[in-house]
Amino acid sequence: MSAGYTSPVRDPLITGSKTYTDISNDICGPVESAPTPMFIIGFLISATFAVIGVLSIAWTIWKGIGTWGLNKTIGWAWDITNFVWWVGIGHAGTLISAILLIFRQKWRTGVNRAAEAMTIFAVICAGLFPLIHMGRLWNGFFIFPYPNSRGGEGLNSLWPNFNSPLLWDVFAISTYFTVSLLFWYSGLLPDFATIRDRATGIRRKIYNALSFGWTGTAKQWQRFESLALILAGLCTPLVLSVHSIVSFDFATSVIPGWHTTIFPPYFVAGAIFSGFAMVLTLMLIARVVMGLKDYITIAHIESMNKVILMTGSIVGVAYLTELFMAFYSGNVYEQFVFQNNRIADPVIFGPLMGVEPAPYWWAYWAMMTCNVISPQIFWFKKMRRNIAVTFIMSIFINIGMWFERFVIIVTSVHRDFIPSSWSYYSPTWVEVGIYVGTMGIFMTLFLLFCKFFPVVAIAEVKSILKSMGDQYLAKQAEEDKAEGGIDYGLGGASPAYRKDKEN
Amino acid sequence: MHRYLVGLFDDEEPLLAAVRSLKKEGVKIHDAVTPFPVHGLEHALGCKETKLHTVGFLFGAFGTTLALSVMTLASVVDWPNNFGGKPAFALPSFIPITFELTVLCASIGMVVTFYLRNGFSVFADTEVYDERLTSDRFGVIFNLADFESESDQEMLVSKLRALGVVETKIRETRNYKPNYDEQAS
Repeated sequence: MSAGYTSPVRDPLITGSKTYTDISNDICGPVESAPTPMFIIGFLISATFAVIGVLSIAWTIWKGIGTWGLNKTIGWAWDITNFVWWVGIGHAGTLISAILLIFRQKWRTGVNRAAEAMTIFAVICAGLFPLIHMGRLWNGFFIFPYPNSRGGEGLNSLWPNFNSPLLWDVFAISTYFTVSLLFWYSGLLPDFATIRDRATGIRRKIYNALSFGWTGTAKQWQRFESLALILAGLCTPLVLSVHSIVSFDFATSVIPGWHTTIFPPYFVAGAIFSGFAMVLTLMLIARVVMGLKDYITIAHIESMNKVILMTGSIVGVAYLTELFMAFYSGNVYEQFVFQNNRIADPVIFGPLMGVEPAPYWWAYWAMMTCNVISPQIFWFKKMRRNIAVTFIMSIFINIGMWFERFVIIVTSVHRDFIPSSWSYYSPTWVEVGIYVGTMGIFMTLFLLFCKFFPVVAIAEVKSILKSMGDQYLAKQAEEDKAEGGIDYGLGGASPAYRKDKEN
Repeated sequence: MHRYLVGLFDDEEPLLAAVRSLKKEGVKIHDAVTPFPVHGLEHALGCKETKLHTVGFLFGAFGTTLALSVMTLASVVDWPNNFGGKPAFALPSFIPITFELTVLCASIGMVVTFYLRNGFSVFADTEVYDERLTSDRFGVIFNLADFESESDQEMLVSKLRALGVVETKIRETRNYKPNYDEQAS
């Protein structure tokens, strides 16, 4: 990317007056050094959780789904909640790497690599849940449409139901995983080559294999850029389709609380919202631990907080629309789900509406507080640029978005059309074990990624150095001033950047 | 052994200017190697346009056809089911899978083509012109078979110096590396 003119009110995205050499050294450094005690401790903790997860999954497969807290009224609960939560978390990676590439947002270069890695690890965790919930995991291949003999004598094929959103989901999630992996890995090739060319001996051989022999000729770069742009173009509708299809799992049913046309956009916005929260949780830690503050700057954090504010507000509007539509539909079952199963708390709304408190009122209000009310703090620039506030908010949103899926799934089914079969659901230790296990698997994979892979896209950051590096922006501001242009008096950056720098 | 002259620059602009000026003079350039994509370089070198997007389209069209035909064969021809009198050929509910398979086939096809065309392999016997070319140096490469006499080589080096090269070196490789004219699109 050639150095275009950058508006003087833009904050630099690479600070510390870096040169190309510095960028290679800073990002390859953690890969080349021995693991720190902190890394080993973190790895052991997350690996322990992963083992708990594997044991819980093994127990489920050995004994059956009876080990979970499901009953005949509530057939879907934590498993699908966790599935949707993890898939949603994956969405930020593709949004950053694909949609922001098409919009030419330069700040994506600092975080896209790690966010894409998160996508892949999150989709791995997500995919586990439907697989386990099948019960007889070894019959999972029944879902694939190939000529078979399951329909009777000879080659009499029994086909999956192509009208079922559950089958669409299989295709959506596996396509999403494959395409994200290909996109991510192709982007890694030049950076693996950078590490290879700095290494010797066996490390050089390993990173040569990982880089597939990338050298960086003009022709390779031409093909690389073409590939990246077209994959981004394909991923853009893909990322929107995946969570739309996940929402069809619910929206195409006739269960009150699920049967809503607003679900696809609402789920997609929620997915991006939760994904950015997870990117922030991890990157706020990584930028300190791995010394990446010059590459993941306050400007990056602010941009991500703006996306959070916007998608969070879309989610908030969706919640209110759902409430209004339940009221406006005149459908008593739909109204019952919202009034009696969700919003009726024991203190304010329950007494106000004259109904008994809903069994899961706390889940609904946890969701409302974490997802709608608290992110509004990001209307203030000061808060968007505050790292502690951002970190706390990112955790809040992760919790809130988990509750959103729990509310949608469990509160809609726990009281069905026959009051005698109304029921309550609580998870068993096996379900808790699987959930914390997926967190362990996710963190283990992420830590391994941080140790062995370039966490920031080296080549992409170098390509924006001339237009977004702090020394170049300052120089450009000086030149503007000398040419008689407007003197912003800011050293080439926004007032907030200057103020933060002075402090 | 194949011998190459490698001219190393410390930034993208001098490299691009040098390639443009040498091409104008009719000097044979073998290739250029950079740590990140330098826009305009492939045009300056006279690289052909890549056909990767066409490949993507063709694989995508294959995916669309595959998805629609398998679903139609299964639920219209082989085993039609009556879902409340709805048509067996239910195009709207075939769209999600058709879309996903289109994207999947286009992506896999394009990435595989990308790897094959670049000759990528995990067993690649990689011989780089210079270790810094993936980090902080921008190289222009000349095949010394094109500059056989010593005076030609000296002339080339002095031209490069005038264009702001920071270092020149001779690199010998076991494998011949195709130049941009010989590389497939």
